[in-house]
Amino acid sequence: MRSTSIMIVGVGGQGTLLTSRILGTVGISTGTDVKVSEVHGMSQRGGSVVTYVKMGDKVHSPIIEKGEADILLCFEELEALRWIDYAKKDASIIINTQRIDPMPVITGKAKYPENIVEKIKADYPNVVTVPALELAEACGSIKAVNVVMIGVLAKRTDIAEETWLDAIRKTVKPQFVDLNIEAFKKGYSL
Amino acid sequence: MKQLMLGNEAIARGVYEAGAKVASAYPGTPSTEITEYIAEYDEIYSEWAPNEKVALEVAIGASVGGARATCAMKHVGLNVAADPLFTAAYTGVNGGLVIFVADDPGMHSSQNEQDTRLIARAAKVPVLEPSDSQECKDFTRKAFEISEQFDTPIIVRLTTRVAHSQGLVELGEREDIPLKPYAKDPGKYVMMPAMARKRHVVVEERLEKLTEYSNETPLNHIEWGDRKIGVITSGIAYQYAKEAFGNASFLKLGMVYPLPEKLIREFAAGVETIYVIEELEPFIEDHCLKMGIPVKGKALLPLIGEYNANLIRERILGQKAEKLNNIEEEVPVRPPVMCPGCPHRGLFYVLKKLKLTVTGDIGCYTLGTLAPLESMDTCVCMGASVGMAHGMEKAMGRDAARKTVAVIGDSTFIHSGITGLIGIVYNKGTSTVVILDNSITGMTGHQHNPTTGFTIKGEPTRQVDLVKLCQAVGVDRVRVCDPFDLETLEKVIKEEVAADEPSVVIAQRPCALLKHVKFNGALRIDREKCTRCKMCMRLGCPAIVDRGTHVEVNPALCVGCDLCTKVCRFNAFERVGGDHA
Repeated sequence: MRSTSIMIVGVGGQGTLLTSRILGTVGISTGTDVKVSEVHGMSQRGGSVVTYVKMGDKVHSPIIEKGEADILLCFEELEALRWIDYAKKDASIIINTQRIDPMPVITGKAKYPENIVEKIKADYPNVVTVPALELAEACGSIKAVNVVMIGVLAKRTDIAEETWLDAIRKTVKPQFVDLNIEAFKKGYSL
Repeated sequence: MKQLMLGNEAIARGVYEAGAKVASAYPGTPSTEITEYIAEYDEIYSEWAPNEKVALEVAIGASVGGARATCAMKHVGLNVAADPLFTAAYTGVNGGLVIFVADDPGMHSSQNEQDTRLIARAAKVPVLEPSDSQECKDFTRKAFEISEQFDTPIIVRLTTRVAHSQGLVELGEREDIPLKPYAKDPGKYVMMPAMARKRHVVVEERLEKLTEYSNETPLNHIEWGDRKIGVITSGIAYQYAKEAFGNASFLKLGMVYPLPEKLIREFAAGVETIYVIEELEPFIEDHCLKMGIPVKGKALLPLIGEYNANLIRERILGQKAEKLNNIEEEVPVRPPVMCPGCPHRGLFYVLKKLKLTVTGDIGCYTLGTLAPLESMDTCVCMGASVGMAHGMEKAMGRDAARKTVAVIGDSTFIHSGITGLIGIVYNKGTSTVVILDNSITGMTGHQHNPTTGFTIKGEPTRQVDLVKLCQAVGVDRVRVCDPFDLETLEKVIKEEVAADEPSVVIAQRPCALLKHVKFNGALRIDREKCTRCKMCMRLGCPAIVDRGTHVEVNPALCVGCDLCTKVCRFNAFERVGGDHA
């Protein structure tokens, strides 16, 4: 049974919900069972957020557990570290090299860990880093970080590029389609 | 063609297909989207009620009037709506009446972890529990049928993972359900003692019939597999158990109250060891034990928090998931924070500065509890801030009231703060209540409420005037203030807590996430001027960070609300690209 488990981790407000919507749309068009699980509410206010996307012949649990993720899509470095146990050993780990200090770091009660990417690379062979914020800015909006990241992810699946572009067209507001497609291509070319 | 739908969206679709006509609700995570999606169907009248009690009463009225009716709420909302629920169980229904209640195991966005099944049992109301989006839709349609067949309100219980997971759903057509005729029937609908005594008999007889139904309905069914292990489960726990146990035998319960005793006995007789897998309370387990069936559940699995397949594998099968890395790094927690530009930040900065005791309430502003603002002292339930401030004054004396304020949001004040304020006036209290009026219901994701002037459909409507409302209940000192005008706000709060009569301060500024709210663009810090006194960091703005050698603004987060410029004594903040930007 072929199945793919994708975990999206980041900080509330980074647009992970749109990401999961696009991934879900892609999932449907692959003709398999799909479940997407996300948490709304308080954590969306700058908290740690995680979304699970599972595709396969039959998906029971909507959540991904430790050691199960085929792809770990990280919108922020500290969040990559927080959820790293969920990745399979050979998972594609895609990390946006953006740092958002959590309040305990801002108030000096905790330290932001150093060299996160190196530490993860020491244990996992397939780690890609993405300067998604700069790439999104180059497309005209820092809000497109999420779609840049989807582009990077898309390249690492065997789902056709056109399927992804279709999903973006179906999901984002018409006035933002061009910007998002450009952002996707920036990520896809990495 | 199947569609990917959130559990809550599938519920709304089920309500639509079942031909329902009226939906009323108060928002509450994780139930909010049910009513938001219902509002997209013009065939259904939908509304935001001031609170869950009113919402349920509206739905009961619509049902008595002959329509299929519904209301949705989170678990703690059912406490508010418990009064009508317990007696609606006696009156029964005319049109089908389905109540959606979303529990929040793990407390992603809640103040407690209560289990709705226990309340339903106390109210003697049947409960269905779907385990994915397709079942959300199918069970909703079934719930309306059961409600009408047995003349009872019925609860569909969700949990966060079902409500907020998307799964594939096969859509159907809307049934054409005509309005049932309404006939005056005081014996059924007027619950005075003489009538209620008769209706209680009906309720008990109905429960027996529902138990029979529970044994027969395909909502409850056995999936025979390996007979060594038998699993009794329902809802999201079914999905976790399927992953953990694979080919074991399952008794999957879609109707969890009343429980199917015959079916449970049949299942128990067919397997060697029986486990009950259910999040939160041992509801199914206790019932099985009472029946004399030796099941294992909470002795192995926790009463607290969410489950997952790994947890079940570890606790029951003794298979612990292997750690795949050598990373032992301490990861700092990332609690939610008030957004950049949040109007609440100004208020809590001032309250902390004045060292006041703050009785708090439910909403985004509960985040005022966390460092560095750390100004909230209590948070219990919707509206509690007002009554608790009054209680503290009565216990600790008038001087305490001079050092105490209640803080409550606009929507929460309408929900259940007004009654507390009336209590203060009537009982000669002197408390100060601060209403955080941000023009929207914020935490649940921007729903309109009676103070915003718009309905759920975005149509203009009569807006509650908070000033007049507070004056009308007898508060003579009502003042309106911008929470970003720190100087004035401080002065006003000082005066009002000192006053020997009740007072209300309305801190008015719209939520920073509202589309019409525009700021001036990101700021940066001029390092020449900055003395690193860190006054700005006391605001708890996630965009201002201390890099050790210097303090800087994160341009990706800063919206340019300029609150920091008001606390900086060295004029160190400047707009990126100059003030014309």
